[in-house]
Amino acid sequence: MSTTAPTKRLRRLEGAAIGGVVFREVVNFGSYWKATTFSSTVEPTIYLLAFGFGFGTLVSEVGGFDYVDFVGTGTVATAVLFSSAFPAMFGTFVKHRFQRTYDAILAAPVDVEELVTAEALWIALRAGVYGCTPMLVAIAFGLDPSVGMLLVPLVGFVTGFGFACFGILVAALVSAIENFNYIVSAVLTPLFLVAGTFFPIDGLPGWAQVLAEFNPLHHCVELVRHCVFGFEPGTDLLRLLALLVFALGLWRLAIIRMQKRLID
Amino acid sequence: MSTVPAIALRGVVKAYGALRAVDGLDLDVPEGSCVGLLGPNGAGKSTTMKLLTAQAIADAGELRVLGFELPGESKQARAEMGVVPQLDNLDTTLSVRDNLRVFARLYRVPKAERDAAVTRALELATLTDRADARADELSGGMRRRLLIARALVHRPRLVLMDEPTVGLDPQVRQELWALIARLRSEGTSILMSTHYIDEAERLADSVTIMSHGKAVSVGAPGALIAEHAGREVLEVYGPPVRLAEVEAQARTAGHATRRTGTSVAIMKAEHVDGDYGEGHRRAANLEDVFVHLTGEEIA
Repeated sequence: MSTTAPTKRLRRLEGAAIGGVVFREVVNFGSYWKATTFSSTVEPTIYLLAFGFGFGTLVSEVGGFDYVDFVGTGTVATAVLFSSAFPAMFGTFVKHRFQRTYDAILAAPVDVEELVTAEALWIALRAGVYGCTPMLVAIAFGLDPSVGMLLVPLVGFVTGFGFACFGILVAALVSAIENFNYIVSAVLTPLFLVAGTFFPIDGLPGWAQVLAEFNPLHHCVELVRHCVFGFEPGTDLLRLLALLVFALGLWRLAIIRMQKRLID
Repeated sequence: MSTVPAIALRGVVKAYGALRAVDGLDLDVPEGSCVGLLGPNGAGKSTTMKLLTAQAIADAGELRVLGFELPGESKQARAEMGVVPQLDNLDTTLSVRDNLRVFARLYRVPKAERDAAVTRALELATLTDRADARADELSGGMRRRLLIARALVHRPRLVLMDEPTVGLDPQVRQELWALIARLRSEGTSILMSTHYIDEAERLADSVTIMSHGKAVSVGAPGALIAEHAGREVLEVYGPPVRLAEVEAQARTAGHATRRTGTSVAIMKAEHVDGDYGEGHRRAANLEDVFVHLTGEEIA
């Protein structure tokens, strides 16, 4: 039998497919960017102001840093978390179950792997940008700018990619949107509080310090502080490695579970 | 021109637990033809549609779409086909034009041709005047036309339509029929699932009737009518008891019957010579064939 089909085989993780899905997000972003930008930046800024100036009157210095600077750099991770895990959880669930967007995308030459990768990349990009807000606010309140700050968006991007994949994974696992409450209360809130954002981890009991080393957000907080205040090359590389392992691991898990969810 | 069939399925099985939604299905869509996939709810039409885009993976059988073997080469197949879903999944906050731009990109229309592709799709769906309206401002009929336009933006060789006119009023259905007829006249292969029988009768070159996951009959609408319902049908009205008697009498005489709700219809009435009392003769239609073949009970 002869065939008129083109002989070009389509590969995995094609730029055209990922670009198409990201393009869809960018075009849609035009209609909701105000609300997203507001929640992703105002909330961590409120934390920064409340803690920085609330606690700041009680504690002027933490670990050798001015407390506002300490919290200002720490809440970068909070902004990254809020602008990655939450949009990924809700966005994925809504696009899959309510809007049926993924049915339309997967009918085009896009595979689940490309869909998940594109969605996570887009969220990570946003998280990298939004993550800088608390730092910029802290600069306005007296934090000294430094060259290392230029690497903060990159740290936010890698962390955001991991938490975006985490959110997509959660959305693929839950059967109803209400179940997100379990994840927020039992996973995200502890990760957020025991990350060294508002108080240093080394004041905690030994076991909690060990656990904190398994918290990607803690690595993010430390890396951001080191970008701003000065690197510790050895531990920083290990922390970056830990974040990369976290991001890549959740990326694959999210793809596996979304594949199960989207393809019968 | 080669003659690779647009769709060729052989012995396809797809089970969900104990339910065999598709159970040994054979289905052909010759290139350039419009095939209607008819079947009652639960016959396996939607599962078949999902199998064709590899959004469901068959447990057994052979699936070829545009010459590509599924699921391995489904991405190539998807690049050259368009899908009109049953459920509206437009990006509601985007304009009509942006909805089309996004899919022109997802379907990999080359950059230089994208604007022209969008303009052409807008014209095809007669939405040029509404190009800048948000999708959620459109009427039901316009949204459906946009869904069809979205599936055509990359000039696919094959279009899958899953219940394209479900829930629309008659005027809108006619508009869509005109659109589908135009597409068909341009040589695009079409597989259209529907449970509106008049739709299949008007638009399809060939009809595959599905029941319980299998194709129970295949042919041109006229040929199927001639084969299963004959030229004429005799409809006999009466109270339920009377209908049961008529049914028994006709079946004993070897005639196929179907219920219409208010009457019993005796098929191939041109050969009927028994006395069935009051009744009227009318031309046989595809609905007679459909109900006769797929059973009278609603699944």
